[in-house]
Amino acid sequence: MFKIVRRKEMTGGTVILNEIEAPLIAKKARPGQFVILKANEDGERIPLTMADTDPVKGTITIIYMVVGKSTALFKTLQEGDSYQDVIGPLGKATHLEKVGKVICIGGGTGVAVLHPITRGLKQVGNDVTCIIGARNKDLLILEDEMRNASNDLRVCTDDGSYGHHGFVTQVMEDVLKQGDVKLVVGIGPVPMMKAVSNITKQYNVATMVSLNPIMVDGTGMCGGCRVTVGGETKFACVDGPEFDGHLVDFDELIMRLRAYQEEEKECHSKFCLIRDAK
Amino acid sequence: MADKIEKTEKKSRVAMPEQDPKVRARNFLEVPTGYTVKMAQEEAERCLQCKKPGCMTGCPVGVNIPAFIDLIAQGDMTAAIRSLWQQNALPAVCGRVCPQEIQCEGNCIVGKKGEPVAIGNLERFCADYEREHGTGELPPKQPPTGKKVAVVGSGPSGLTVAGDLITKGHDVTILEAFHKPGGVLVYGIPEFRLPKAIVANEVSFLERLGVKVVCNAVVGRTVSLDELFAEGYDAIYVGVGAGLPKFLNIPGENYVGILSANEYLTRANLMKAYKYPDVDTPIPKGKNVVVLGAGNVAMDSARTAMRLGAESVKIVYRRSREEMPARGAEIHHAQEEGIELFLLTNPTRYIGNDQGRLTGMECLRMELGEPDSSGRRRPVAVKGSEFMLDCDLCIVAVGSGANPLLTSETADMKLNKWGYIITDQATGKTTKKGVWAGGDIVTGAATVILAMGAGRQAANSIHDYLTFGW
Repeated sequence: MFKIVRRKEMTGGTVILNEIEAPLIAKKARPGQFVILKANEDGERIPLTMADTDPVKGTITIIYMVVGKSTALFKTLQEGDSYQDVIGPLGKATHLEKVGKVICIGGGTGVAVLHPITRGLKQVGNDVTCIIGARNKDLLILEDEMRNASNDLRVCTDDGSYGHHGFVTQVMEDVLKQGDVKLVVGIGPVPMMKAVSNITKQYNVATMVSLNPIMVDGTGMCGGCRVTVGGETKFACVDGPEFDGHLVDFDELIMRLRAYQEEEKECHSKFCLIRDAK
Repeated sequence: MADKIEKTEKKSRVAMPEQDPKVRARNFLEVPTGYTVKMAQEEAERCLQCKKPGCMTGCPVGVNIPAFIDLIAQGDMTAAIRSLWQQNALPAVCGRVCPQEIQCEGNCIVGKKGEPVAIGNLERFCADYEREHGTGELPPKQPPTGKKVAVVGSGPSGLTVAGDLITKGHDVTILEAFHKPGGVLVYGIPEFRLPKAIVANEVSFLERLGVKVVCNAVVGRTVSLDELFAEGYDAIYVGVGAGLPKFLNIPGENYVGILSANEYLTRANLMKAYKYPDVDTPIPKGKNVVVLGAGNVAMDSARTAMRLGAESVKIVYRRSREEMPARGAEIHHAQEEGIELFLLTNPTRYIGNDQGRLTGMECLRMELGEPDSSGRRRPVAVKGSEFMLDCDLCIVAVGSGANPLLTSETADMKLNKWGYIITDQATGKTTKKGVWAGGDIVTGAATVILAMGAGRQAANSIHDYLTFGW
């Protein structure tokens, strides 16, 4: 059992932070790696990239958006409750290297995944500009953390309720135009990562994205997480989760992420009915 | 003896009762329902008690087959299971999933002229009888040696090693990457062929003997082999299975609706997705299902698809009926349940719609040419024989390769060119000191019993090492 030692609701309860006791994973985990969590006996195995780790306390932190039955079930777990299973660290760690000027760009809960990577890139001596965004001010997460993790933080909201009025990609393009950017790390919803990669391609700037396709075991055994990268099939769980954004077939990924759309709707609405009846 | 041979040959084998094909094709309950005591004794009577038993030469773990069958005939079921346990820690499993027709039963003297003694059925009976009516008394154990052994992977070979070494007095811990122990017995083989309660029972038997089972431990990620040694383990057995699904690498393979058999069966078996939405893991339900491949995994996939409500399920295989690697009983059961065999057929590409979902595949007819390196006649495409097959779900069951998760993190353990671990054939020793390996990660995908045989060998060698040194 893996106890939740800290729980925080963010953005009005649609995004949840869990700090979980998992000493073995905390000791081993590197930025960019993920864990698989399962709430209870009949639960689904859900992969989530870690937002933070504390090897001394023996904890890992995950931040997830409540989108379906499984995350709705996760949300019912309170401080002191436990996940039945947490498996990890899985996937390859981010390659942290000093390259010079770097942009870390995040959207939605992708910002959580971006957090340790941004911090790691700054720690090895890069000049990191961080751009984060959300639809509006209330949906923005980890602003202070990202400010601390980077050299320069830019914030955007789609509706202009806070920071720059517009998309993160517009701010990114402004920074790219100033030149010298050696690497862009883009993490967020797939359409955002696709847009980021399309723009950076024009500027010929190396771009890394972190993918979160559907998977079961996370150890290369099921092949459910296959993505096409540069015309080749890769398993995101063991070959990734980070890939060259210029080579990823994002359209295929979007279609594969919809594989269980109908089933999920049915399962989630049934769960909500039962939960709300209680 | 000649008298008895004649008598036995005339007496036909006691058939094990089965669920009706029409009924079972839509449920997940076990297909054969087991012998009664009377049936088991009647079948046991057919055994000739040969002086030089052929059956034993065919058993990878060397079970004393005539001995346990004789004890059944005498009605001493406790002694029968004890006799079995001496060579086989998992009789309830082996009785159900071993390819008896090419092992024990294939070498049975009675089978030369008639039907061989139903050794598998009797083994299963014995284990089931012990589970349901037995005393629960554990086999004897040697005094503690103070030596610690880590077993990586809880499939058939890992369980065998754990069982052998715990009774020899060593302190054994099994590390399993999944959230439940059992390996392929739990994620791969379906409930209707091997009920999960039986696997859980075999594991809890080992736990009662003192084996510790740690789940969610991905060796190579959560912990490395060297870290295990640093934690105080004296020896490590690696039995992680093959675990890397093969695909055909033909166009369109990433359409939604094409799954590896590993994924499909893991969803159905380990995650119990056949109960969805009562459990949270979904599984695609196809109307027209194609399964590529013709081994046991392919049969398991096809029969699972049928049980999930498919209208048609086709096995597509590029060779002929004769080359199908599945157990005879599985092919027979599959066909009884309405699964069609599309033999000498090879897919060339998948067809999908604008949503990226599978709608069909293009196939070619094949004919058999000269034998290839495997000794089987090589299938050759018939020019211009392309035809379309409608399907909305395709399960790819064409084998597994070596999963590099653990091996790539263990630089000083030598692998062959396919990524399998190189071991000493007689002992299972790897090139890394204190580490043994066996099962599919050494041989490539094979059977439960061969993995158990490798586990038995390695356990003996580990015991020697812990007693006398490398």
